[in-house]
Amino acid sequence: MKLRISQDKYYKLTEVYDMNELPNHVLKRLSDEAYQVRNKILELSFKSGGGQHIGGGMSMVEIMCYLYGLKLNLNIKNKNSFDRDRFILSKGHGVLGFYPVLNKYGFISDELLSTYKTEGSELISHPIRNLDNAIESSNGSLGHGLSYGLGISLGLKSLNVKSKVYVLLGDGECNEGSVWEAAMSGSALNLTNITCIIDNNRFQSDGPTNEIINCVDLENRWKAFGWEVIKIDGHDFNEIHRAFSLTLDKPKLILASTIKGKGVDFMENNNAWHHGRLTEVLYQEAIKALEP
Amino acid sequence: MININKSLARQWSRLGPRAIYGQSILEFAEENHKIFAISADLGNSSGLDRFKKAYPERYLNIGIAEQNMIGFSSGLSSCSYNVFVSSFAPFLSLRAGEQVRMNLSYMKSNVKLVAIGSGISMGFLGNSHFGLEDISIIRSLPNIAIVNPCDCVEVYKVIEALSNYTGPAYIRLTGVAGCPVVHNEDYQFELGKYHILTEGKDVLILTYGSMCSVSLKAANLLSNENISVSVVNIHTLRPIDNRLPDLINNYKYVLVVEEHSSVGGLNSIISEILIQHNLRTKAYKYISLPSSYLSSGTYEQLLKTYKLTTENIIETVKSLI
Repeated sequence: MKLRISQDKYYKLTEVYDMNELPNHVLKRLSDEAYQVRNKILELSFKSGGGQHIGGGMSMVEIMCYLYGLKLNLNIKNKNSFDRDRFILSKGHGVLGFYPVLNKYGFISDELLSTYKTEGSELISHPIRNLDNAIESSNGSLGHGLSYGLGISLGLKSLNVKSKVYVLLGDGECNEGSVWEAAMSGSALNLTNITCIIDNNRFQSDGPTNEIINCVDLENRWKAFGWEVIKIDGHDFNEIHRAFSLTLDKPKLILASTIKGKGVDFMENNNAWHHGRLTEVLYQEAIKALEP
Repeated sequence: MININKSLARQWSRLGPRAIYGQSILEFAEENHKIFAISADLGNSSGLDRFKKAYPERYLNIGIAEQNMIGFSSGLSSCSYNVFVSSFAPFLSLRAGEQVRMNLSYMKSNVKLVAIGSGISMGFLGNSHFGLEDISIIRSLPNIAIVNPCDCVEVYKVIEALSNYTGPAYIRLTGVAGCPVVHNEDYQFELGKYHILTEGKDVLILTYGSMCSVSLKAANLLSNENISVSVVNIHTLRPIDNRLPDLINNYKYVLVVEEHSSVGGLNSIISEILIQHNLRTKAYKYISLPSSYLSSGTYEQLLKTYKLTTENIIETVKSLI
């Protein structure tokens, strides 16, 4: 495997970071933001009531905070511009790890966020495309996002636009055949302006992923489909940073090992929280458990 | 701009609707740099061999993967492209049905689906390749325009119109190379507006696609027996022309003829209009394909077996009045 490491610096606003390690103040900021986002996930889930996709929302938080808090060339000024970076939430049920992040980084207001799952709201259990909300595509049915992202990727490349495309999939989502059609396509077209991330929390709706469809060894499967696979701890900002900073000559897949329900001990690796309901007592317990 | 005349219409007819799709898109892509063509390994079957040579940077064979093709095209269209995607009717409308729903219907992506070989023109390739129910499927998904041209000249006119149309559309190609000519000269084609092919006063035939020429022939023969028949081309099945109820109301007898299942196509559209608008129509009949899987045969044989013939139209018109 030949890894071509890019310039070991990259730029966000006026900050420049070494590609191996983020400075402490940035790590501290991102960790604080991740904590706040998880708090918001719990608050939204409790206030909204009923079943909520909490587990898969909690597992993707660091990846999302890294993308929106540091990596993406996407801000409230350029959210409608052609040269913005694109993020697609292919695991559409992961909105609890998405809307609070969009809120945290200024794309959707507190007021709009408070409409989550209320009558007539645009913020429902699956994303609805609306560039004003910085939501790039409508999803919910699994296995759609990567194809959509690859199309954007080729479009940007053909027009010589330097923007990047990021698509977040779930490991359960990789049961879908359309994911593998897209995987073949990505490497056949050798699209290198796209990064696919798998939130590999090892559970799907009905139980552990490897008990349902033997989906172990996603690494070699994606490699066999022509992708460069980088395995990381999906809750470690430095590992996330390194993986995203690599410039490769193949399409990039970040296989992020994560914990479903991350941050709340009684939710972690407990698939009852794939889609669970927070009572007031459980909500208070969860908030307490989350405290650093 | 091409000068459409009798000899060109004949020449195009010999080449067939797929070839003329490819030729049309090739022509419009020269000036319209936003046209992109994608196929799932049916580029040559879609008449795109010249297109891919002329515009390799705007052509893609994405492999035999229709689901990916639709999602991909939708993403590509978000980068300002007008993406024409071609495959056989069931592979677009059914195999990739949910991709069509999420991307074209729900997100209104600027993607044009070109269903080649729809209806029963695939003959011995059989039911797996027939477009029996594609209009029905697509019509149940909101926001997607549906157009079925009646001959190769109209294929050209449709592609011209859709090259300049932003939004999702389904273009259904029926008939084969050598299919009859309906338009011998240029005419005004307007998306969403029916086109009167011949005007009569006794019976109204509403039809589209391959059945326009067959219906015209029947109308011609019926006029010898002093039965005056209108033949109207409903080339756009969505949006349906809102002048249609008024047109129908001028006739006591209405007949639909279509190369599509009786479920969900023009028969359904007209039945809905008749009920909803409480029209004066005295008798209504339809000649459609049955809602079942069909037997084997060549295209010509199948048209006869399923009575999509001039003779049957004449007989049905007579039974109406």
